Amino acid sequence: MKVTATDHMKYLDTMEAVDSDIMDKVLKAMEHYDYHRYTEADVRSALAKDILSPEDFAALLSPAAFPFLEEMAHKAQYETRKHFGNSICMFTPLYIANYCENECVYCGFNCKNKIHRAKLTYEEIDHELATIARTGLKEILILTGESRRMSDVEYIGEALKLARKYFSTIGIEIYPLNSDEYRYLHECGADFVSVYQETYNPVKYEQMHPSGPKRVYPYRLNAQERALMGGMRGVSFGALLGLDDFRKDAFASGMHAYYIQQKYPHAEISFSTPRLRPYVNNADNNPNDVHEPQLLQVMLAYRLFMPFAGITISTRERAGFRDNVIGMAATKISAGVSVGVGGHEEEAKGDEQFEISDPRSVTEVHQAILNHGLQPVYTDYLWV
Amino acid sequence: MKDTLIIGGHEFNSRFILGSGKFSLEMTKAVIENGGVEMATLALRRANAGGKENILDYMPEGITLLPNTSGARTAEEAVRIARLSRELGCGDFVKIEVIHESKYLMPDNYETIKATEILAKEGFIVMPYMMPDLVAARSLRDAGASAIMPLGAPIGSNKGLCTRDFVKMIVEEIDLPIIVDAGIGRPSQACEAMELGVDAVMANTAIATAGDVASMAKAFKLAIEAGRLAYLSRPGRVLEFRGEASSPLTGFMEN
Repeated sequence: MKVTATDHMKYLDTMEAVDSDIMDKVLKAMEHYDYHRYTEADVRSALAKDILSPEDFAALLSPAAFPFLEEMAHKAQYETRKHFGNSICMFTPLYIANYCENECVYCGFNCKNKIHRAKLTYEEIDHELATIARTGLKEILILTGESRRMSDVEYIGEALKLARKYFSTIGIEIYPLNSDEYRYLHECGADFVSVYQETYNPVKYEQMHPSGPKRVYPYRLNAQERALMGGMRGVSFGALLGLDDFRKDAFASGMHAYYIQQKYPHAEISFSTPRLRPYVNNADNNPNDVHEPQLLQVMLAYRLFMPFAGITISTRERAGFRDNVIGMAATKISAGVSVGVGGHEEEAKGDEQFEISDPRSVTEVHQAILNHGLQPVYTDYLWV
Repeated sequence: MKDTLIIGGHEFNSRFILGSGKFSLEMTKAVIENGGVEMATLALRRANAGGKENILDYMPEGITLLPNTSGARTAEEAVRIARLSRELGCGDFVKIEVIHESKYLMPDNYETIKATEILAKEGFIVMPYMMPDLVAARSLRDAGASAIMPLGAPIGSNKGLCTRDFVKMIVEEIDLPIIVDAGIGRPSQACEAMELGVDAVMANTAIATAGDVASMAKAFKLAIEAGRLAYLSRPGRVLEFRGEASSPLTGFMEN
């Protein structure tokens, strides 16, 4: 499917358009978010509350909150303990294919980027899964590049059925689907869906996605809602921080989750906070003005706004950062990570999506969690 | 006379039920010993049989397991989790938790009643977690519950007995063990609940968020015992807000 110079705000014929006002609400909230108007008093008021409003969340993401990182961290740690105790869930991603039809200008899988493309056979998937399972992990995230042609829904479904043999908890991070397709993959064993909007700014989104089905902004934004309609238990939100104005993108991600939670109160909400990383043929790719303190501010603001939400800390970050945010804001950490296609059993068959910063094994991450006085958790979910 | 707690025909000397899953597994034994705990909950979804960090491996011998159905969003899911628990050898006790509200984790009384009815018929000793509502508590009793577990405040909030008056109604009207579950943040609040006449207190977050979890378990044990003793001793009248009027209001009558 070749899509060029199309209206990025219009659905393609094959795309299910759900009857929802969530996108309009998110866009409106983001448009009205002027982070320069928040003051120290607004931040103090937010920090004094038990249950934070969207306005409080806006204040905590503003530059006015930047000098309050220490206070935010203390409150966040207390909230994390109340809701999750000292539990830290462990998982690993498995990329089963890296073919892609999109031209995202910031991504290593960009269809115009000359990298080694690959797709695992079912046998290879089974080998990889078995290898990962031997580390003791019980939760897996199955990923593909975004190519319906090369890695169709049926292929992903078969991979999920294989994953069920070894893992209790299965998530997917693949191209957005229609709700009936989500239902199918749910029946195959997945219960958690991650789709990241990259940037919520429609103008920037269009520039970043010159071609490919991903160019269609509303189809991506409404993916979480379709996943829930398809019976999935949990959905994850996030923007690729550094692509556009990170404060606005973080605010929009939070508000997106907020409106979804209001409409689907049973949904399990989680966040990820990926930053731009270097990748093959683009070693200088970087997160612009999102340094560790800004990243931490975003994580803490999510935690305080939605104390019940899971937060995953990416291998894009270095070990020293990851080990200190778990228990404070983050509740889930990946370990033994390969972001190439396969790569757990033997050398990766296809190139990686980005460079990781934390290559530690499951055993090493497990020990690091213990060293921080926290409890590694391998399973916190039952398929019912 | 010996003051014991009887649930589903099983006798307990301790009235402190421990929640688990929020503090380090290696602390479990110390917390149980310090708290004099005889019954501890465990989320079945945290059981990793044969795998790493399996919560079941950390439960000391002799402790009565109270598996909970956390993760269940409907009665049907709760029933499936309870049956799985029995298959795993976790015994006949089950704490029913049905929650499909991720923000405050409020229990769904209606679905909980349905699950209670099914599981009680299957021979489980059913202990439903519920929003304190007297009418729902009666339905739970009629459905075969062996104890009622009303919440004191939202799970994990440490706010104390926010539902005091509603729990009191259940204590007075329902002839089953009443166990305050969720929201108890400090030993003083546990003591208050016991003075009110509840039969036991469950705590987890209050212990898990303490600086010294084992010592806090002991503090809870003592507070719960003190509250129980106070209840049995029939507390004297405590005046609230206003003093007694010194001149009688009914002194006007001639005969």
